[in-house]
Formats: sequence, C-alpha cells, structure tokens
Amino acid sequence: MVEIAEAKKRSTNRKPKAKKTKLSRKQLTDLYYYMVLNRALDDRVTSLYKQGKFQGGAFVSRGQEATSVGSAYALEEGDVIGPMIRNSGAILVRGVPPREFLANYLGKKTGPTQGKDGNSHFGDLKRNIFAPVSMLGVLIPVCAGAALAFKMKKQPNVALTWIGDGGASIGDFHEGLNFAAVMKLPFVLILENNGYAYSTPTSKQSLVEDFVIRAQGYGIPGEIVDGNDVLAVYEVTKRAVERARKGGGATLIEAKTFRMKGHAEHDDAFYVPKKIIEYWQKRDPIINYEKYLLKEKVLSKKELTDIQSSVAKEMDEAQKFAEESPLPEAKEAAEGLYAS
Amino acid sequence: MSTITYIEAITKGLREEMQRDESVFCLGEDIGEYGGAFKVTKGFIKEFGEERVVDTILAETAIVGVSIGAAIMGLRPVAEMQFADFISNGWNQLVNMGAKTHYRWGAAVPMVIRLPSGGGLHAGPFHSQNPEAWFFHVPGLKLVAPSTPYDAKGLIKSAVRDNNPVLYFEHKYLYRHVKGEVPDDDYTIPIGKAEIKRVGKDITLITYGSMVQFSLEAAENVTKLGVEVEVLDLRSLLPFDKEMILESVKKTNRAMIVHEATLTGGIGGEISACITQDAFEYLDAPVKRVASIDTPVPYSPPLEAYFMPNTEKITKALRELAEY
Ligand SMILES: Cc1ncc(C[n+]2csc(CCOP(=O)(O)OP(=O)(O)O)c2C)c(N)n1
Repeated sequence: MVEIAEAKKRSTNRKPKAKKTKLSRKQLTDLYYYMVLNRALDDRVTSLYKQGKFQGGAFVSRGQEATSVGSAYALEEGDVIGPMIRNSGAILVRGVPPREFLANYLGKKTGPTQGKDGNSHFGDLKRNIFAPVSMLGVLIPVCAGAALAFKMKKQPNVALTWIGDGGASIGDFHEGLNFAAVMKLPFVLILENNGYAYSTPTSKQSLVEDFVIRAQGYGIPGEIVDGNDVLAVYEVTKRAVERARKGGGATLIEAKTFRMKGHAEHDDAFYVPKKIIEYWQKRDPIINYEKYLLKEKVLSKKELTDIQSSVAKEMDEAQKFAEESPLPEAKEAAEGLYAS
Repeated sequence: MSTITYIEAITKGLREEMQRDESVFCLGEDIGEYGGAFKVTKGFIKEFGEERVVDTILAETAIVGVSIGAAIMGLRPVAEMQFADFISNGWNQLVNMGAKTHYRWGAAVPMVIRLPSGGGLHAGPFHSQNPEAWFFHVPGLKLVAPSTPYDAKGLIKSAVRDNNPVLYFEHKYLYRHVKGEVPDDDYTIPIGKAEIKRVGKDITLITYGSMVQFSLEAAENVTKLGVEVEVLDLRSLLPFDKEMILESVKKTNRAMIVHEATLTGGIGGEISACITQDAFEYLDAPVKRVASIDTPVPYSPPLEAYFMPNTEKITKALRELAEY
C-alpha cells in the first residue's frame, strides 16, 4: 500500500516532470499523436453536434486526454479494456479508427454498433474492448470477470477499466473491486477524479478528498497520479499492470484531472467557478506535454505541427466517411438480438 | 387556467405539493442548482432550501432506499431518477423493501419515484426505455403514466399524497411536445381511474402515456372508413381501471391495446387476458396489441422509428381490427 502522503507528493497537477523516461522517441511521439487525435475527435463531435448532424448526446473528454491515452498505452494487445464515456482516447490507442467513432455518433451502418447505439458506446471484440452501458459502474464487476477468465485460463493478461468520481458512489464499484481484490485478479481500476459528476462537485460525492484511500479497505495497492501528465499516468499504470501480470492482484489508481467542458455539449457548466477552470487551463495535458517534448528535444516545433495537421486531415477524412455512410435500413432494428 | 407544457405541469404540481405540505421533499442527482437533467426542479433549491431539495450522490440504490426509510418515518420523498432506465439499480430496494413493507409489518411508505422514460429522441438503449412492466408484476407498488399536462399535474399530486410507493412515469417526448390547459388551482386525479379521451362505438383502444396522442390521431384517420374508435387512456397502470375497460369493450365489441414498451411481457398482455377472461362473449374479434418490437431501443433514427409504434402503425392495426 502506497502511503497517502507519499502518493500525494507524486501528484503534482503540473507539467510533466522532465525526468528520464524509458520510453523511446517513437513511443513518446505516439502518446502525443493519440492525445491530439483524441482532442481533434472530440472537437469534431462537438461541431457535428452543433450542426445538428446527430441528435443523441455529445460527450467529450477535453482535459482528460492524458489519463485515457497514458493508461491505455501501458497495456498489451491481449489485455481487456472497459472504457467509459470519456475514454475515447483509450479506444483510439487500441486502434479503433476515428471514422468508426464518427459513424457511430451519426447512427450510421458503418459504425461499430451499426446504428444500434450512439456516441462511444461500443465494443470491439477483436481489440478486446468491452462496450460500456450507460449505467455507471457496471463494467467494474464485468471487467473483474474478464480478469477472472485470464486467471482461470492462465493467460498473462490484465483487465483495466475506468470510473468517475461520481460513478465511484455506485454499489457495483465496491462489489466489483472487492471481488477482484479477494480473488487477487489481474485487474486495474482507474478512478478519474475530474472534479464534477454532471453538476455535482466531488465534495458532494464523497467526504474523502483522495478516493485512493479506499484501496486500503480492500487490501490492495492504491496510487494517486497526476491525470494531466501523460507520462506519469503511463508509468503508474504500467506498474500496476506488471504487478497484476505477475499475480500481484488488483490495483486502484486515482487520476486527478479535470473535465474542461460540461457533462455533455448541452451543458454549459455554469456551475463551475471560473477560477477553477482557469487553474486547470494552465494544466492542459496536451500543451504541457508539448512543452516537455520541446524542452527535452524529443520533437521539434515543426514535427509537432506536422502531427497536428496530419491529424486534422485524418479527421476530415473520418468526417467525410461518416457523413457519406448510409444509415441502417429500418428493418435491421429487428436483427441481431440473439447470438446464433 | 393557463396553457403550459407537460413538463411545466409536473413542475407546477410538484411545487404546489411542496408548498402545501412541509413533509414533502425532493431528492436525486443534480436536482439542486442544476434543476435536474430536464430542469423539472429548476429554482426549487432557492425556494425550498437544501434540506428539501437534496442533491444526492450518484447512487440509485441509496436514493431509493433512503426514500423508503424517510417515508416510513413520515416524510414524503419525491425521488428523481435522472433517466427511468437507471431505476434498475434501485431494484432490490424497491421490490423487496419498498413494495412489501406495508403488507408485512403495516408501515406506510408514502414515496414517489419520478421516472423520465420513453424513446423518440434518439437517446439510445439506456436512455429510452419504458420499464413499467418490470414493476407491473410487483404487488405493493402503484404505477401511473400521464399523457397530458392536465393529467400530469393531477397525478403528481395524487402520487405525492398516496401512502404507498408510486412510480410516476413521465414521458420525455411529451415534456416539450405537448401543451394543454391546466387549472392554476389545486385538483387531483384519482389513481386507478382511466379516462375516455375520445368516445366511439366500434373499437376500444386502450393506451397510455406517449401513445395516447398517436392513438387519437389514428382514431381520427379511420373515421374515413366509418370506424368510430373509443380511446381509453389508462393513466394508472397499477392498479388499472378494469371496470372502465370492460364496460367500453362490452359496448364496442372490439379491443386493441397500444403501448410504447416492448410487446412480450408488456402490460398489454395482462389487459388482453382480462378482456378475454371477463368479456369473451362480447368480442367480435381477437384482442389486438400494438407495441414496440422485442429488442433494446436502437439509437439510429430509422431503426428507432421501426422499433416504435406510431400513428401509421396504429391506424393500420385499427383498420385490420375493424375489418376482422
Ligand atoms: C447508474 C447511473 N446513474 C446516473 C447516470 C447519469 N449520469 C451519466 S454521467 C453522470 C455523471 C458521471 O460523473 P463521473 O462518474 O464523475 O464521470 P464524469 O462524467 O465526470 O467523467 C450521471 C449522473 C448514469 N449514467 N448511471
């Protein structure tokens, strides 16, 4: 059990520490690419929503890219992830193309759910991505189940899922995590403490400031990480995952971050004090990582801009694909209920 | 009298009940400063304070269980499910504790759960369900589902004043799509009483909630064929107005049930069984049902449209029934 004080020291909520990382230039570049891709995808979702191109909710994860990308990047192909609504970054890291995302948002036949569900509510069996349901917390026991399967099959893999500070109030959180703990399952739960659950500030969700102390109650390791520092998220996840692979059981990670927009595009977040937004704006995970990459001479300014423009192009192509894709045929509504 | 939307009528009824009775209080996720996901309780926290407009943690089991406990102690909680779909989390509390309390040990549980339900808004499989049938099979609960602003206000008041757990199904599509005249003064609509929304002599169409409007349109459509449909709005689903149903069917000799919830295991099956059992000799045709198809509620517009009943599908069914 990592002591809270020590864990807190690690949580800087500032720009990434310019310390030596074992990651290669290629890996460091990947992390940047996925965060930029994540934000570009979100921005595209917002603009399509504002143009009335789809009518369901539009959920984005501005400010939380480092948490999704850094944690997913620490996994191996055979590991299972169970992403929540704000983990599209993780889904991108797993290789789901942005065009499929947008097609799903637009309810098109080419989306992973073929129009049956919207937004990022989809799974991808070949990439070991479990689809979420809206009911928060449901994936915690389910991913613990995936971890149980790994253990039973003696596969050296890990299941990882995320939950918000709001979703952490759900009973499934306790049942799932305790199950994983007691059974010493290869399971990692990342609690994204992003300040708000819809309009409810975290202080009205729980009296403990650091959710990570719950780990003590389950007898498992718990670590706090600066959720806006992609390298720190990568490292802490990697540690937990490696431990799990070696039979070390479950870990709870608390990523301190912030939701830089409303709950969804229809919510202007009037309830968030300006000062708090300003505080977090200075800690934008992408901008700070850029500074790091430049300072450490990993990438040049030109290389950064090149990545941004190739992402923009990729997104244009994705949007075109999604918009030009056909809607499903009405009668397909009746298909696919049962597995054959 | 003022002309207001369905959602305004719910707010109005709820506000009046809170003003009338100090023991009434609201609880739920984001219902305070934010005013609830749909803004039903907007401004309530200013008017009634944090003690009576309780912004809760994100935990439906707790919301339902806490409501039950407070109700047993004599308060009158009105809990909001942000979306009806999330009541699945409160299942155990509601079904095993709330519904059985009075029967087992005599304690009253005067509580209301408001359930924004239904589809038609492309909100996908977890924000569009009509879960009334899940609870229809649970003795001890009461279920209401208003279809007009007038009924919405009258029924929320009755629900609040009832001494049992009442599930109040408010349809999200109706929120802002339906307007109507609503008296400014106090009135209630008795739980358990249906209403004939249109008089007819050829077919009894039994429906509720979102399907009332579509059914009325369909009834209008078939007048061209000389068919006069009687549209009966249940308003209360548990208990439901069996007497009025049978009386109407005995007059028209044909019956059809329309609901937005999926067909199999839906409330229509029970109503149909009642009619067949108690009015069989009056029937000129088998009882017909129109409902959503037996799948989750799909997201994409063409799929959702195919999934749900609408005026056209109801009209077609009425025609078939008339011609039987
Ligand atoms: C069981 C359940 N209850 C209510 C909701 C409605 N809802 C969706 S997201 C949300 C807030 C979630 O907050 P948090 O878990 O902190 O995640 P964040 O949105 O901040 O990423 C609520 C109340 C839900 N999805 N599931």
